[in-house]
Amino acid sequence: MVPSRGKAYEIQHHQHDCLVIGAGGAGLRAAFGLAAQNFSVALVSKLFPTRSHTIAAQGGMNAAIGSMHDDDWRWHFYDTVKGSDWLGDQDSIHYLTREAPNRVFELENMGMPFSRTKEGKIYQRSFGGGTIKNGKEIAKRTCAVADRTGHSLLHTVYGYCTKFEKVDFFIEYFVLDIILQDGEVVGALAMNLDDSSLHRFQAKNTVITTGGYPRMYFSCTAAHTCTGDGCAMATRAGIPLQDMEFIQFHPTGMYGSGCLMTEGCRGEGGYIVNSKGERFMEKYAPKAKDLASRDVVSRSMATEIRQGRGVGPKKDHLYLQLHHLSPEVIRDRLPGISETAYIFTGADVYTQPVPILPTVHYTMGGIPINYKGEALIYAGSDCPIPGLHAAGEAVSNCHGANRLGANSILDVVVFGAAIGHNIGKKFKPGDKQPDLKDNLCDATLDNLDKVRNSKGCVAIHELRASMRQTMQNKCGVFREAKLLNEGNTEIQKWFRAFEQVIVTDRSINWNTDLMEALELQNMLQTAIQVVACALNRTESRGAHFRDDFPKRMDEMDYSKPTEGQTPKPIEQHWRKHSLSIADLKTGNVTITYRPVIDKTLDDEVATIPPVPRVY
Amino acid sequence: MPLLRLTSGTFGQLRTFATSATLGKRIKTFAVYRWNPDEPDKKPYTQNYEVDLDDCAPMVLDALLKIKNEMDPTLTFRRSCREGVCGSCAMNIDGVNTLACISHIDKNLSKPTKIYPLPHMYVVKDLVPDLSNFYRQYQSIEPWLQRDKEATKGKETQLLQDVEDRAKLDGLYECVLCACCSTSCPSYWWNGDKYLGPAVLMQAYRWIIDSRDDATEKRLSKLKDTYSVYRCHTIMNCTRTCPKGLNPGRAIAQIKTLLSGIVKKQPPILDPAGLEKQAAQN
Repeated sequence: MVPSRGKAYEIQHHQHDCLVIGAGGAGLRAAFGLAAQNFSVALVSKLFPTRSHTIAAQGGMNAAIGSMHDDDWRWHFYDTVKGSDWLGDQDSIHYLTREAPNRVFELENMGMPFSRTKEGKIYQRSFGGGTIKNGKEIAKRTCAVADRTGHSLLHTVYGYCTKFEKVDFFIEYFVLDIILQDGEVVGALAMNLDDSSLHRFQAKNTVITTGGYPRMYFSCTAAHTCTGDGCAMATRAGIPLQDMEFIQFHPTGMYGSGCLMTEGCRGEGGYIVNSKGERFMEKYAPKAKDLASRDVVSRSMATEIRQGRGVGPKKDHLYLQLHHLSPEVIRDRLPGISETAYIFTGADVYTQPVPILPTVHYTMGGIPINYKGEALIYAGSDCPIPGLHAAGEAVSNCHGANRLGANSILDVVVFGAAIGHNIGKKFKPGDKQPDLKDNLCDATLDNLDKVRNSKGCVAIHELRASMRQTMQNKCGVFREAKLLNEGNTEIQKWFRAFEQVIVTDRSINWNTDLMEALELQNMLQTAIQVVACALNRTESRGAHFRDDFPKRMDEMDYSKPTEGQTPKPIEQHWRKHSLSIADLKTGNVTITYRPVIDKTLDDEVATIPPVPRVY
Repeated sequence: MPLLRLTSGTFGQLRTFATSATLGKRIKTFAVYRWNPDEPDKKPYTQNYEVDLDDCAPMVLDALLKIKNEMDPTLTFRRSCREGVCGSCAMNIDGVNTLACISHIDKNLSKPTKIYPLPHMYVVKDLVPDLSNFYRQYQSIEPWLQRDKEATKGKETQLLQDVEDRAKLDGLYECVLCACCSTSCPSYWWNGDKYLGPAVLMQAYRWIIDSRDDATEKRLSKLKDTYSVYRCHTIMNCTRTCPKGLNPGRAIAQIKTLLSGIVKKQPPILDPAGLEKQAAQN
């Protein structure tokens, strides 16, 4: 503590074996995985755990448990590799799909109230991109709890986590930054929202599970709290973020409010229609139709609207039709969305179609990790960052250029558990920790001081709205150089404008004005990277589509036989991860690359070489 | 319900509502409870805010956000999902405990909408209540599955549960722990330290009645004292107020029938360990 700062900057110190930042599905799963091995865990979250955005997930979690038909996790592996447009690391995908059934059974034994089949087994539904026999037929692989799977998952893991005395909950603490000493992550500095007191959490292992950054877009399905805090912390710590340009637009967000209508609606037989009443997905994805991968469906919808076949007075959206399904199916399998559709659009799903629009839903980009959950720096090879793990939407490993539906709430428990295993293998409870120097938090405290006392002329909500409009209009479903360049100029302007914000609320108790300012800062620091990477990537892959570069550019042309082709060197093609780092003084974003891991973990499943991605 | 007005843009996203100093046509007054812990001696007061409904999205939370953004950034409340699933924005609106994000603004302009924090809770600031006791009570009912023979970690198998047994959990598991019900209950107001309240009791029942759970006797025995369950006098404010349409009052009644012994928990229709036993035989 630097004496000259005064009492407001006194820091209380805590020491634990592990620190978990963010208490959603991934954070809670990591926390009790560690506590069960006797590690002391500080679980720090700006929200009460069950308010985390995991609660809003609806459709389900993929796992090849075979309740509805014979299934094999290797088909799930294929679907996920293809879904990622060959940008996902196949060793992580191998781990994800192989471990999925174990994680589902584990949740079942914790009490998760899965919907059931007649035989009493866990009910599974169809979901986008899910097939059997490597694309031959649509699979029923998504384990579901009606259309409230995320809610059930989060309450199950939270309830289970309260069993463990070794988990110390620090609720409504806003983490300002992670702390590094001698190249190792040694903990984090947080502010207690209740009284603005500062708390330094020292830990041998820090886990970032803070979620994604969809809130930087105007129209998103995400909660107000999804502001990319962990990604921004990584940026400030000098850790490059991976694949930031890949933003998933969910086909069926409600028009107006942006609230989510689960992909499960289409899984249960619903489909999307245009102004002519046509089920147009038959044209764009003849086999999978409405259950094609989300980026494919979103682009098809945007194309229909661009070509004038939208519905409504402005012809600017489309309809999701469910009323052809039997009322029992809607009542038993989709009760949650029936309610929210009525509340937010006035539509009665039993008799009327629901107005929908592609809406930002998930951010594939984030902190690069390996299949063990270790955060990485790429310097010619993957180097784990000592003391840092991460999981959930805050990371980038499996989903590559596009995430399959129902893989996210699977991902959070698989890699949350993986982190527990990895730390348990390499460390012991009570491992000695270094003494921390006094000046490690200086930059963080300087920033906090500046922001909380800022007296500029820019209202926070206006700057936030400007950022969100820029992202929505210039970095959307269809991107091209002119729009992206405009977007880049604008977002850089908003980034610099943060210097001029004003924080009106000066209180020390529950200062949400200050917290929103810090969240806006986090979003701006990540938004400049999103736009820079989108502008930089001159190809189309997965969720990133360029009107001016519509083809996918791999190391070979996979639409032709590969014999006789020489693979291009990595500088000359785009099947590689973008790594972005931002200079926070100037707003300059520097982009480097990391190769995609194609090799699987072992012989259990062979690597899938790229082919043209058609549904 | 009128859809939000839209202006055109790249395939129709919402334009930010213009913030103008001049008043529009449909002005609604919101009378909001304020208390600042930084000035603890200043008594709580109601602050009036005027919102043009023509320039505001339809839910009460939207109005609060507009007030916070454009008029008074010090107004403090919890919010997250804005779609009625996280339970953050529970508050008392026009006398009713509900979630602000799914509560339509009353369009009657002649009277103000009164917004207060959840009743009879310690107020941290403005509309933010202290829910620590509520969370503690929830933890006390051991909200996780307990089986006689716990599975080996890492080797769990799928449990079986009949569709009818699973249906017994409908109406129970959907609770978002918003505390609207408990804080609408006079018994919880007077005895909130020892009476568990409808939300926590409904969750206690959710675990008791789960066919996969074996700890029924233990769970019931923890509720046998005078206060945990029996301060419920079927006032039924809980069921009336639940923003998710659930019925905690009924769940508490079911607990009472189990505690008294009039009703016994039925054995599971399908043996939960059925698949495990099958595998052992093969």
